[in-house]
Amino acid sequence: MTAHTAMTDEAARVKEWYTSRFRQLERALNGESRTPLHVLRRDALARFSALGFPTTENEEWRFTNVAPIARAEFAPVLRYERDGVSDADIERIARGTGDAIRMVFVNGHFAPEFSSIPPLPKGVRVESLGAALKTDPDLVARFLTRQATYHDNAFTALSTAFLLDGAFIHLEDHAALELPVDLLYIASGRTSPFVSAPRTLVVAGRDTRLAVVERYAGLAQNMYWTNAVTEVFAAEGAVIEHDSLQTEGGHAYHVGNTHFLLAGKSTVTSNAIVLGGAFVRNNVSAVFDGEHAECTLNGLAVATGTQHVDNHTAIDHAKPNCASHELYKAILDGASKGVFNGKIFVRKDAQKTDAKQTNKTLLLSDEATIDTKPQLEIFADDVKCTHGATVGQLDGEQVFYLRSRGVGEADARDLLTFAFASDVVSRIHAGELRAQLDTMLHARLLQGRVAAEDLCTP
Amino acid sequence: MNLLEVRNLRAAVNGNVILDGINLTVKAGEVHAIMGPNGSGKSTLAGVLAGREAYAVTGGEVLYKGKDLLSMAPEERAREGMFLAFQYPVEIPGVTNMYFLKAALNSIRKHRGQEELDAVEFLSLVKAKLKMVDIDQSLLNRPVNEGFSGGEKKRNEIFQMAVLEPTLAILDETDSGLDIDALRIVAEGVNKLHAHDKAIVVVTHYQRLLNYIVPDVVHVLMDGRIARSGGKDLALALEEKGYDWIKEENGTVPAGT
Repeated sequence: MTAHTAMTDEAARVKEWYTSRFRQLERALNGESRTPLHVLRRDALARFSALGFPTTENEEWRFTNVAPIARAEFAPVLRYERDGVSDADIERIARGTGDAIRMVFVNGHFAPEFSSIPPLPKGVRVESLGAALKTDPDLVARFLTRQATYHDNAFTALSTAFLLDGAFIHLEDHAALELPVDLLYIASGRTSPFVSAPRTLVVAGRDTRLAVVERYAGLAQNMYWTNAVTEVFAAEGAVIEHDSLQTEGGHAYHVGNTHFLLAGKSTVTSNAIVLGGAFVRNNVSAVFDGEHAECTLNGLAVATGTQHVDNHTAIDHAKPNCASHELYKAILDGASKGVFNGKIFVRKDAQKTDAKQTNKTLLLSDEATIDTKPQLEIFADDVKCTHGATVGQLDGEQVFYLRSRGVGEADARDLLTFAFASDVVSRIHAGELRAQLDTMLHARLLQGRVAAEDLCTP
Repeated sequence: MNLLEVRNLRAAVNGNVILDGINLTVKAGEVHAIMGPNGSGKSTLAGVLAGREAYAVTGGEVLYKGKDLLSMAPEERAREGMFLAFQYPVEIPGVTNMYFLKAALNSIRKHRGQEELDAVEFLSLVKAKLKMVDIDQSLLNRPVNEGFSGGEKKRNEIFQMAVLEPTLAILDETDSGLDIDALRIVAEGVNKLHAHDKAIVVVTHYQRLLNYIVPDVVHVLMDGRIARSGGKDLALALEEKGYDWIKEENGTVPAGT
C-alpha cells in the first residue's frame, strides 16, 4: 500500500496547494466573494479537490502522465501585470495579423495597453470577460460553463476555480462583423512557476459569421502552465472559423479544453496548430444541437526533442443530418511523443449522419512514437462513418519521384514533410495566419533541424 | 557520340533475375524503342537507369556520357540530364506542380552553374512549355498529379520534360492510358523536344506510339535480354505477328546493336 499512500499524500498536497492559493485569491477579491461568479469558483475548486489530477489509470489519460503538473507548485496569476512584456514581443507574435480586432492577455489577464479594439458594429461585443462579468453578468452566465462543465474534468474545474479574465465575443442574431478577432494569450518570462487560466467565450447569434484566432505564445524558456478553456456557441445558421496556434515556450505545459456547440444549419471549422510546449494536452469537443449542421476539426502537431503532444477530440452527433470532417496530423521528430484519440458518437436518432475521421502521423525518427486510437460509437443505422489512421515514414515513391527530377534527397524529404503539414495549414481560411504558419513551418521543416529550444516562439 | 552504353547489365528484384545481360548503345540524336511482352523487364530497365532503389544491380555497367551511371544518385542523374517519364506518375499532395518544378529546375540549373530562376522568370519559362503539351496554366497551382486524370498525369510528365530539357529521356509506357488525341499531343511534344544532341528511349508495349515518335532503332526485350534489334519495321512486324516468332527464332539473332 506504499504506492497508494504516496499517491494520497501527493493528492492531499495538491489539494492543499491550490486551496491555499484560492484563499489568497479570496482575500484579493475583497467583497466579491458572494457574487454568483465566486460561488461558481468555489464550487469548481471543491470539485477539483474531490477529483484531483487524473492518473494514467484513467483511460482518458492512459498515454499522458500529468504527474509533473501535479508535482510542480504552479501559482495562479491573480491580477494583471505587464510583467516585462513589450510592444516588440506582441508585434513579433502577431506579425502579419493585419486589420484584426486584437485582444492581448498577459498570463490570462486582459492587457488593454497592447490591445486594439476598433468601434464595433451594432450588436457586436468584443471585450474582456472580466469587464463583461461586471457589466452584464446575466448575459455571460447564460453561456459560461454551459459546455465546459467541470464535474468530471479536473483541469476545467481548476481553471474555473481561478477564472478571473479572458475574452468575451458576442454577436447578436444577424449582427455582422467583418474583421477577424485575434486573441493573444501570452505567457510572460517570470521565473517562478505560474499557471494562467485563459478563458474564451464566443457566442455567435443566428446567421452571423465570425473568424476567431486564439494564439498561445511563450516569451521565454521558463516553466509555466497554461490551463485554457474555450467555449464556442454557434446559433442557427452561424458560420464560424476558429483557429488556434500554440507556440508556448519549450518548458511550458499547456492544457486546453475547447468546446463547440452547433445549432441547426450552423457551420464550425476548427484548425488547431500545435508547435510549442513541452507538455501539451488538448481536448476538443463538438456537439450537434440541431440538424443540418457541419463541423470540421483539423489539427496539426509538429514536435521534436522530448515534446509530448496529446490531442483528444470528441464529436457528438446528437442530432440527425449533420456532417463532421476531421483531419488530425502529427509530425514527430527526435524523441517526441504524440497521442491521438478521436471519439465520434452517433446517437440512436442521429440518422443520415456523415462522419469522416482521418489521422495521419509522420515519424521522422526511430525514437518518436505515437499512440493513436479512433473510437467510433454508432447507435444509428442509416449513417456514413469512416475513419482511418496511418502512421509511417515518408513515402519512398514520392521521395524517388522528386529525386528523379533533380531534387536532392534531404531537400526531397524536407519538402514532403512540409507538404504533409501544408495539407492542414492550407485549410485555414484566415489568410494572414496561413501565411505566417507557412513561414514558420518553412523555417522549421525546410531549413534543416532546429533545437527544440528555438521552436517556441515565432 | 555515345550518350548511353549499357554493357551486360544484370538486375534482380527480391532475388529474382529480371535483367539478364542487357547490351544497348544509344547515340546522340537517336530515338530508340524498347518493346517486349509483359514481364520482359522493360520497366525494370527504365527503373535501373533512373536509379530506382528497389532493383539490385548484380552485374554489368552503364556509362552515361562516358561516366559510371550506376554510382550516381537519382538526383545526380537528373542533374546530368537524364529524365524518366514515369509509367505511374506519383501524386504528391501538398506540393504544387509549380513549386515542384521550380525546385527541380533550379537544382539542375545550380548543378550546371546557372543562375536559379525566381518565380517570375520561372513562370514565363513554363508558360510556353504548357502550350506545347496543351496543358492549362491552372495545373501549375494544383498539387503534383493529385486528382489528375490518367491522361493529365502523362501529359504532366512530358510537360516536366519540356521544362527540364533532358539530354536523355526515357519514356516508360507513356502511351498507356492515353486516348488517341492525347497520344498525339504527347508525341508531338516529345518530337519538338528532340534534337541532334539529345536522345530518347521509348519503352512501350504497343506500336501505335511509334507512329508518332518514329524510332531509329527498335529493340525487343524478352526474358531480361534484348532478343532482337532492328529498324522501325520491326515494330510493325511485332504489331502484326506478336512476339512468339522471335522466341522461336531466338538464338539465331544477335542481341544488341
